[in-house]
Amino acid sequence: MMRFYRRAFQDIIENRFVNTLTVITIALSVLIVSAFVLFFINTAELINPWQQGARIMVYLHDQVPQERIEPLLRQISGMYGVDHATFISRQEGLERLKKSMKRQPSLLENLKENPLPDAFEIRMIPESQSEAAMEVLATGLEALPEIAEVEYGQQWIGRISSIVGLFRLGGYALGALFFAASVFIVANTVRLVLYSRRQEVEVMRLVGATDGFIKAPFYLEGLILGAAGGALGLGGLLAAFLFASTSLDQSLAGTLLKLRFLPLSTVAMVLAGSMLVGWLGCYLSLRQFLGQTPLSEPL
Amino acid sequence: MTANSAPEALIRLFHVHKRYGPKHALVDISLDIPKNAFYFVTGPSGAGKTTLLRLLYLGERASEGQILVDGMNLSRIPAKRIPFLRRKFGIVFQDYKLIPTKTVFENVSLVLEAAGKKFRLIQKKVRSVLRTVGMEDKAEALPPSLSGGEQQRVAVARAVAGDPKIILADEPTGSLDEDSAAVIVDLLKGFHTRGGTVLLATHDRSLIKKTGGRVVHLHQGHLKEITPAGLDDR
Repeated sequence: MMRFYRRAFQDIIENRFVNTLTVITIALSVLIVSAFVLFFINTAELINPWQQGARIMVYLHDQVPQERIEPLLRQISGMYGVDHATFISRQEGLERLKKSMKRQPSLLENLKENPLPDAFEIRMIPESQSEAAMEVLATGLEALPEIAEVEYGQQWIGRISSIVGLFRLGGYALGALFFAASVFIVANTVRLVLYSRRQEVEVMRLVGATDGFIKAPFYLEGLILGAAGGALGLGGLLAAFLFASTSLDQSLAGTLLKLRFLPLSTVAMVLAGSMLVGWLGCYLSLRQFLGQTPLSEPL
Repeated sequence: MTANSAPEALIRLFHVHKRYGPKHALVDISLDIPKNAFYFVTGPSGAGKTTLLRLLYLGERASEGQILVDGMNLSRIPAKRIPFLRRKFGIVFQDYKLIPTKTVFENVSLVLEAAGKKFRLIQKKVRSVLRTVGMEDKAEALPPSLSGGEQQRVAVARAVAGDPKIILADEPTGSLDEDSAAVIVDLLKGFHTRGGTVLLATHDRSLIKKTGGRVVHLHQGHLKEITPAGLDDR
């Protein structure tokens, strides 16, 4: 095994220019793709608390008798997507309003009567916090004769989720594109190394080397290039992240969300992915090259 | 034509043909080469000498006929077993086929590495064969810095390093001066003396006369006859 490592490193050193370019290409691909992943992770962090707060306010007609409140609460609590519903009487509503407007008490001082209706506050289960699910529930609620108005002021969450979803799709597409480009570049690098070692490969076959013996150092080389590119890309991302998060912490955004780096499992996956790129590039090159080498397939 | 027959043949060819499109490189060759034999394969350019040698180590497959090497039927051998067939041979070429970027030592050790030998054994064995061919002091040299005769000695060292049963030498002295050629032939004779089988393709009649052994005469792909080396006057 040591001889394979020795040969792999020897190849990398002998062809350092092309290998450096390959590592940089992989690193850039990893940097861009993992920057997307980092963005998704942090936007998910941002959106989740908002989504967890997703609620629907249901306002009742003035004439709804008190004895209808309990059956209505049960009926609404049993509706699909509802986590729990709370009754908020008009008095309680006014108290809350006063509490939230305690800095401008004069606004409420001159009220002769309570203008607020009785209401239900509905919290959604996490699975039903999409815009579509909330709309379905709202339609169902509006159909009840006791209900005057349904309000869910967080439709924008749905829109943001859609935008993030679009970004995610773009991220997948970019990821696939960079993956393919990196594989192609590694394949070309290995092909160059193979061509420079064409005679050696022929001699190895002549002296009875198996294909495994010939291929092993090239696969190792691909894995090393992939790992180096992955580590460099992730290192670059970490540096950019540290810089960005330090700046953001000092601004307002720092108080809204706590930025965090890729979890260890994702780092491991990105590294494994970049090594897969190296391996796959080698595989494609070797398959094509060894099929053409003298003595590979006796005529 | 079955030219000869031996009970302990190491290499057997039965009605072997090799065609390249419409061109017949070898036609109906039947031949037995016993163990511990020294055979020359001779004939003019284009007679099929190199082709015959290439068929033996599966550099190419025969178009027709059967070839047995040390009990292995080459027409049935799967691709993954070919390396193991090739380890039965040590092969020497006119153009040496040494790797120019590797030292003499590394060129020779490649055979043993390919066979999966242990590091210590490789070190010992390579030193030993380089001593045998008189190249021990050039172990760290790169092939391009050596003379033709020295490079061919390294090629012979590489050929014998894996303890093969057979050495195939294709015009090994073709580009060497007389003295260097004599050294190479002596080395091949030494291998033969130690029990090995040598198949040497050449059109150098003086070399055949001096060396002895048996001579397979090829002409336009046909096996004309097999004679003792001393009787060769063609």
